[in-house]
Amino acid sequence: MENVVPNTVEADPPAEVVTKAPEAVLDKPVIDLDGLSVTFGNRPILKELRGDLRGRAIGLLGPNGAGKTTLIHTLLGFHSPSSGTAHIFGRDIRSHAKQIRTQIGYMPERDSFIANMTCVHFVRLMGELSGLPSEAALERAHEALFYVGLGEARYRQLGTYSLGMKQLAKLAQAIVHGPRLIFLDEPTNGLDPPARARMIELIRQIRDSGKAHILLSSHLLRDVEECCEEILIIKSGRIAVYCNLEEERKSNRKFLELETRGERDAFADAIAKLGCEYALTSERRLKLILQDGVEIRDLYRIADEHQVQIRRLNFKRDSLEDIFLKAMEDGNGVDPKAAGVSYAAQANLPGKGNP
Amino acid sequence: MAVYEHAYKPYAGPLTPEWSRFLIIPRHAYRDVFRSKLFTGFFALCFVCPLVMAILIYLHHNLTAMAIFQINLRDLAPINAFFFQVYIGIQTGLAFLLTVLIGPPLISRDLANNALPLYLCRPFSRAEYVIGKMSVLMILISAITWVPGALLFLFQSYLEGAGWFANNFWIAVAVFVDSWTWIALLALLSVTISAWVKWRLAASAALFGLFIISNAIGITVNNVLRTKWGSLFNLTVIMKTIEDGLFRNPNSMSLPQWMILSTIAAWIALALFCAFCLFLLTRKVRAYEVVS
Repeated sequence: MENVVPNTVEADPPAEVVTKAPEAVLDKPVIDLDGLSVTFGNRPILKELRGDLRGRAIGLLGPNGAGKTTLIHTLLGFHSPSSGTAHIFGRDIRSHAKQIRTQIGYMPERDSFIANMTCVHFVRLMGELSGLPSEAALERAHEALFYVGLGEARYRQLGTYSLGMKQLAKLAQAIVHGPRLIFLDEPTNGLDPPARARMIELIRQIRDSGKAHILLSSHLLRDVEECCEEILIIKSGRIAVYCNLEEERKSNRKFLELETRGERDAFADAIAKLGCEYALTSERRLKLILQDGVEIRDLYRIADEHQVQIRRLNFKRDSLEDIFLKAMEDGNGVDPKAAGVSYAAQANLPGKGNP
Repeated sequence: MAVYEHAYKPYAGPLTPEWSRFLIIPRHAYRDVFRSKLFTGFFALCFVCPLVMAILIYLHHNLTAMAIFQINLRDLAPINAFFFQVYIGIQTGLAFLLTVLIGPPLISRDLANNALPLYLCRPFSRAEYVIGKMSVLMILISAITWVPGALLFLFQSYLEGAGWFANNFWIAVAVFVDSWTWIALLALLSVTISAWVKWRLAASAALFGLFIISNAIGITVNNVLRTKWGSLFNLTVIMKTIEDGLFRNPNSMSLPQWMILSTIAAWIALALFCAFCLFLLTRKVRAYEVVS
């Protein structure tokens, strides 16, 4: 039996608090980026990132080379910030890296294993390295492997696992010590549809448990859309968008797309006189933003007056893809705090005023 | 997260002390190492010499046994500093072979399997990782060098008396310090080579080669330039000089007088060599390699 000491993650809420009232921890930022910059040689990778990330599941998006993985690695202490810093659960990553890593689970993107080990041995070792006593680590290794669905295969050598099983094993090692924040770097890479669905389901279960926050880095928008409540889009090392997906969608409820037949120009002019901005997107289609006080029936009335038929009317709700593409087109990586706008507001900037 | 609950649950139990976590690495490594019958056999063989030495010490103090085996006391080697130096010489030779057997894959396997991010994303530093890997060797080499050496010394002291213990305590210190010098060098050298050479056979060859090549370079420089400073490149001479200093037995290798290094120069050369190994390790032992 190894010598053990009480869990010394002082200043953090005890695990029981997290268990009983997970909502309470959502008030505080999980990750606070405070002008975080990272430079490799003379090449800046992350530039002055600022913001408070608070969500239970945050999707980290961006094109290849945008700096997603570098951000995760910097938060884990693999790279030193060239300037600025970040705080995780209120602790500075520069000065409290070890204490922070006690509460973090990390599932790397690439295959990462220790050779010549059975899966349960591997996960147990990872648990022990996280500070769990030997017996507790073994017990939790079994539990974690059953949880991810590798219970029956836990005594097999890792080398004999399929790609999907390896991904699940990586998830098991990331959660074996019960972290409060889990970094998942491309967790569905290379998975077939059933394995992907299984992985997504597990991530959602962890998210819904309310006992851990998740930062999910992926280039697969569908994965992020299915798992995450908030998204952080990085472009060229800067934050292009940080927003709550659901609020973003709600904010677009007045964004309409119409398909019409008839004299459309006069109809559009009449709409403009109501104060609605519009754009003609094709011969029969137009997009518009309803102003406050303007109702749908006003549109039908105007259409009737101009003898225009409204064949189709859709509330155009932004998909994650729309948000992402807008960010890629327009997001110049402006520091939102410095610009005096909220992230959500910034996320709405492109496209809304000019549909 | 109990199996029957099938739900995510944080861990709220006690944690192990941070200082002791590096020992997790050797504990898990030994399962793998002792699975090999070849290695287990070799490791058992490493205890033959201490056993023979213990028998010799026993015979020195048991006239009945000497009479039974018809051995004259003069035929037996005296139990003195040279006796222990010979013991350390044999055991460090075996320690070198042990290092060649288990040292090369220590870090290279982790590098090949991208395992370093898994270690370093936990409350586990790069220094702890290196110390953990080195301690795989340090513990085993200790078990065949200074630990039996200290037991032999205590055995001799017990049979000879407290006076012998007090007068020869420096021999125990020499055994301990010399063993640890070898342990530090072999462990550091092994993990450094393991970090830079991924192929096991090549790493083993590099370990052998380093001693042979450094020897060749040292001798060549000494002979061409008619100087003793070439020996500063010769690991074998450096270690032997340190050992001779510790056991108060100057020039046990019978080198020409102009080639003999001072003990201080040997210690400085060893320190520089170890510092260079540490520098190489810090370059390689990282979660991810950054290409600027």
